Amino acid sequence: MTDLLETAPRVTDTHCPYCGLQCAMTLTGDSAADLTVTPRRFPTNRGGLCQKGWTSAELLRHPGRLTTPLVRKAGELIETSWDEALDLVADTMRQVQDDHGRDAVALFGGGGLTNEKAYQLGKFARVALRTSQIDYNGRWCMSSAAAAGIRCFGLDRGMPFPVTDLGSAHAVLLLGANPAETMPPFLGHLVTSAEAGGLMVADPRLTPTAARALEGGGLHLQLRPGTDAALALGMLHLAVVERHVDRDYIAARTSGWDELWPTVAQWTPDRAERVTGVAAATMRRAVELLARARDTERGAYVLSASGGEQHATGTDTVSAYIALALGLGLPGQRGSGFGTITGQGNGQGGREHGQKADQLPGYRKIADPVARAHVAGVWGIDPDDLPGPGRSAFELLDALGTDAGPRLLMVHGSNPVVSAPHAGRVRERLAALDLLVVCDFVLSETAAMADVVLPVLQWAEEEGTMTNLDGRVLRRRAALAPAGLARSELEVWHDLAVRLGQPAERFPTDPRVVFDELRRASAGGPADYSAITWERIDAGEHLHWPCPLDRPQGTPRLFLDGFAFPDGRARFSAVDQTGPAEPVDGHYPLIGTTGRVLAHYQSGAQTRLVPELAASSGGMFVQVHPETADRAGLGDGALADVVSRRGRTRATVRCDADMRLDTVFLPFHWSGDGTANHLTNPVLDPTSRMPEFKACAVRLEVAS
Amino acid sequence: MTTRVLVVGNGMAGARVAEELRRRDPSGHQIAVTVVGEEAHAAYNRILLSTVVGGAITPRETRLKPDGWWEAHLIEVRTGSRVTAVDTLTRTATVCRVPAAGGQPTDASLTDASTQIAWDELVLATGSTSFMPRIEGTQVGDRRFDDAQAGDMQLEETDVVAFRSIDDCARLVRAARSASHAIVLGGGLLGIEAARGLLMRGVDVTIVHPRSIPMERQLDDDGGAVLTRVLRATGARLILGRRVTAWRDAAGGHGHEAVLDDGTTIAGDLLVVAAGILPRVDLARDLGAEVRRGIVVDDRLSTTVPHVHAVGECVEHRGTVYGLVQPGWEQARVLADVLTGADPTSRYEGTEPLTRLKVHDIDLASMGVVTTGLHDDDHEVVTVADPRRGRYAKLVLRGDRVVGAVLLGAGDVAGAVSQLFDSGAPAPTDRIALLLGRAPGSGATPLDAVSLAQMPGSAVICRCNSVTKHGIVEAWRSGCTTRDAVATATRATTGCGSCVAAVDGLCQWLTSVEPPDMAARAGPESPTVSDQPQQHHPTAAFAEGAA
Repeated sequence: MTDLLETAPRVTDTHCPYCGLQCAMTLTGDSAADLTVTPRRFPTNRGGLCQKGWTSAELLRHPGRLTTPLVRKAGELIETSWDEALDLVADTMRQVQDDHGRDAVALFGGGGLTNEKAYQLGKFARVALRTSQIDYNGRWCMSSAAAAGIRCFGLDRGMPFPVTDLGSAHAVLLLGANPAETMPPFLGHLVTSAEAGGLMVADPRLTPTAARALEGGGLHLQLRPGTDAALALGMLHLAVVERHVDRDYIAARTSGWDELWPTVAQWTPDRAERVTGVAAATMRRAVELLARARDTERGAYVLSASGGEQHATGTDTVSAYIALALGLGLPGQRGSGFGTITGQGNGQGGREHGQKADQLPGYRKIADPVARAHVAGVWGIDPDDLPGPGRSAFELLDALGTDAGPRLLMVHGSNPVVSAPHAGRVRERLAALDLLVVCDFVLSETAAMADVVLPVLQWAEEEGTMTNLDGRVLRRRAALAPAGLARSELEVWHDLAVRLGQPAERFPTDPRVVFDELRRASAGGPADYSAITWERIDAGEHLHWPCPLDRPQGTPRLFLDGFAFPDGRARFSAVDQTGPAEPVDGHYPLIGTTGRVLAHYQSGAQTRLVPELAASSGGMFVQVHPETADRAGLGDGALADVVSRRGRTRATVRCDADMRLDTVFLPFHWSGDGTANHLTNPVLDPTSRMPEFKACAVRLEVAS
Repeated sequence: MTTRVLVVGNGMAGARVAEELRRRDPSGHQIAVTVVGEEAHAAYNRILLSTVVGGAITPRETRLKPDGWWEAHLIEVRTGSRVTAVDTLTRTATVCRVPAAGGQPTDASLTDASTQIAWDELVLATGSTSFMPRIEGTQVGDRRFDDAQAGDMQLEETDVVAFRSIDDCARLVRAARSASHAIVLGGGLLGIEAARGLLMRGVDVTIVHPRSIPMERQLDDDGGAVLTRVLRATGARLILGRRVTAWRDAAGGHGHEAVLDDGTTIAGDLLVVAAGILPRVDLARDLGAEVRRGIVVDDRLSTTVPHVHAVGECVEHRGTVYGLVQPGWEQARVLADVLTGADPTSRYEGTEPLTRLKVHDIDLASMGVVTTGLHDDDHEVVTVADPRRGRYAKLVLRGDRVVGAVLLGAGDVAGAVSQLFDSGAPAPTDRIALLLGRAPGSGATPLDAVSLAQMPGSAVICRCNSVTKHGIVEAWRSGCTTRDAVATATRATTGCGSCVAAVDGLCQWLTSVEPPDMAARAGPESPTVSDQPQQHHPTAAFAEGAA
């Protein structure tokens, strides 16, 4: 027995590297070669894992894993030492800033970075580089939902209640969400609603999630892409005329109804039907299902995700969703509510701690003098030395290498060559830089363009915290030693900061020390982590922010006593349906929309390297109605070019008779000729600066 | 130099013109906007009136904009005022106060209150009035119902009410409180909406309609016949092919009665007039603009008089007079483009009419041409009818394009059909499927043993982990005969859990066709075994598809 114990493999409890559900998993083994993954029982994933999670260890032992710094010499990326690579980066940073000013150096972050890294990246920008030019790929993910949450509730925590609350709900309306493919174990929370016939899915496609709804007697609202706000306003109109609105709640807990209502009044069901293509009868039924579940206290929820958010009108669209939920009296009540489904692994934590252009830790605004003073105090600098707000993600990339724009870009946890809208333009701007530095653990398409590539840690090699989709702070734990020469970004920024003249102790490399500093920096802010300690999370406590020192139990359910405005009232925002920005016409008669498939995550830079995932998903495809394909001279399996005003994407035709005739769907996980974002429209939301990923005018051609 | 635009009429079209102008010139440097409206109320949403009658919203909730919006957007609104004269040479208009309800309009009060407004561009958005047929006993006939004289009449005779304005609506609601039986004159869209509103308030309703079917402008004969059934099933009494000729005190002294043109009488205590509308063209005619059925406008919404434009229900464009709000909104957008120069090339080219009955329990949509016969040479016509269940769907196509449809009790497909109608995109070749909507259960079918057996081996059972039926059969044959064992071997069921029933079903089915002891012997390495079932199970061999 003693022998057995001594040789028992090392077991590490952590969470999945991929999406925002952060499924709990157990890693067994202590080398990349033999590490195995098994699901772990946890409230959020209920013991489930999808194929991405099951196969996540494959990337740890993939031959393409980066383990040595690379520097481009004579056009080739060749191996080098850390010192040489870091000297080059630091020297160029200094040179570029001397020649062109502090904002000539830009940083680009990612929603997959741990809280500590998201925090430290913002600090490195503002303190070591004193540049305002920092933003991250979450701008293309959650920014519209976040902006609408702040606008309407005064606070953005994607899901302001534990995800497990959904488990008993009898009515759940999913707006532009396809968790059956993007977040499969999440579906476990929708079993009750699905079986009660109360699962409702608004999506231009009959996704597996929509199919699950229909199977249980629920609804599929198959709207035209980009008409999401009309759908919400039309449903709210129906809620009023059919007397399902909660007038007492509106009077007691909200403001702004009188300003919104005249717009809603014009969204008669027939008009909403004509614009969205969703039958008025279906909208009516959806409203009834929500109202009945509410009235019988069986749980009624409205949830939003990328489908409605990734538009140049995303903030208004989510505001319209929230208006529907407020009109029905759902938010801030036990057993009902509104939430958004955060996509990236640390999409929630990543948007709270300062890697965003206008933000400081604790979800503070960088333009707010009180916030600046507090954070500058924690950082030991003069508030006046903090830069102001910088460019948003696409604007930042769009400015690279231009006269007024940055000359050096350092990228972390992001692959904008594939994930940015109008990808061709982004590739062109990256090529115009003096120096492109990419920190990654695989040679992503963006890393392949870099002048310096710095190998960093994978999830199973690092310690840290992540904040999942319901604002729960989780521990990521290391099972393995770093591969080769790979280092944590915390070490990279430390080494660069020291080379740039910063005191060494200002940029600690121990994630636990960084987390303690993050807690202090967040104290008093909207996303207050001050009572969340490393020990408490390690001990298995489920802590949802805000968790200030005087409320150490945290806040699983926000807004029960009031919304985060001085008057405690949620705000209806007087929004209307506008857009899509690019209407279809004779040359581009179809609406192109983008999204995900089950086997891939984000730009696919990681998951395309996992053989099992690559095999099960096949290659780049375009999903299209057979008659629409036929009109373009295409059949199932044919090779098509999908063409927009900005570019073309090559894809295999996948015919699907359940598609709308006017819509084609392109997954965005592939690169090269198959990059869906060659087509997408970079027009930005005026508030969130979200591009229009979900609707652009395209046509189909036979591939030449 | 600021251009002064005077909009005559504060209804949905006139107010929208003001709004669209201001949207293009938010600062007001370019355009000054004045709107003059007769009604005492701020501009309101007329299409919500039946909802007010139904009781779901208050009259106040029909306002088009929040309080203070017009002032904040630099739009001068003169409510309770009427433009009585226009001089197109000096470009001025005479505006008078309209006396409050109950006041006696006299010449003195009109002149005393009149003011002159100078304008550079005049927009007529005078809308329409209820048509009042000649009915003995109502003191009015064949003339406009809600002009000044009629207003006096209404005050005395609250048992006769039009259904057009928010004041009508208030009168109707007041009258409905004491009424027990209303007679609605007119089985068009408005009449039916008024009838349903009254029924919801507990008032018995008889609709009297002169044609053989209700809503004959929007329906063909078969559709009209089905709607007749549907209306009657909702509790409304419907008398077709008859007119009301008189409205008089009932013989017994209680309430009133309507006399029909065949001499029959119907007792009632409220007569609601919804017999159609007439464009208001007097002002246009007075200032010399060409008027046919409505004020004639071109594609720029210009009348035949320079600097005078017209929009909304008072307009005749390319021979068509619309009684719907959507065309007025589209016209307002074009006119604002033209007047501000935001898009001088903007043109209004007509609106394809789409009518939707806004009644809670009747789902009716009508669009485009609907009377085309089934065997018409130039059109393709497809129908699905189930009259006893109140369902009738008709599709009229020209080539591949939907040019008309009636959808009664077929609301599930109204969205898809109306978008095809609007966009002109080719309709799917399976027309019947388009009219029927998605077949129930097309998303998923119940997994009984037969369907599991017939499913091809390549069918994905566990989507979360890309596990096919073939994969599960292989696992079962290698000895994993329970759900847990299959899960361990294949990961099936470990994602979202939706496939638990399917995996259980497969295990049961395999157990029934291939007992586990046999399965254990025929392991996956066995060269003779594929996941084709054994020959001695002919049903299974027939049933299971290719792997």
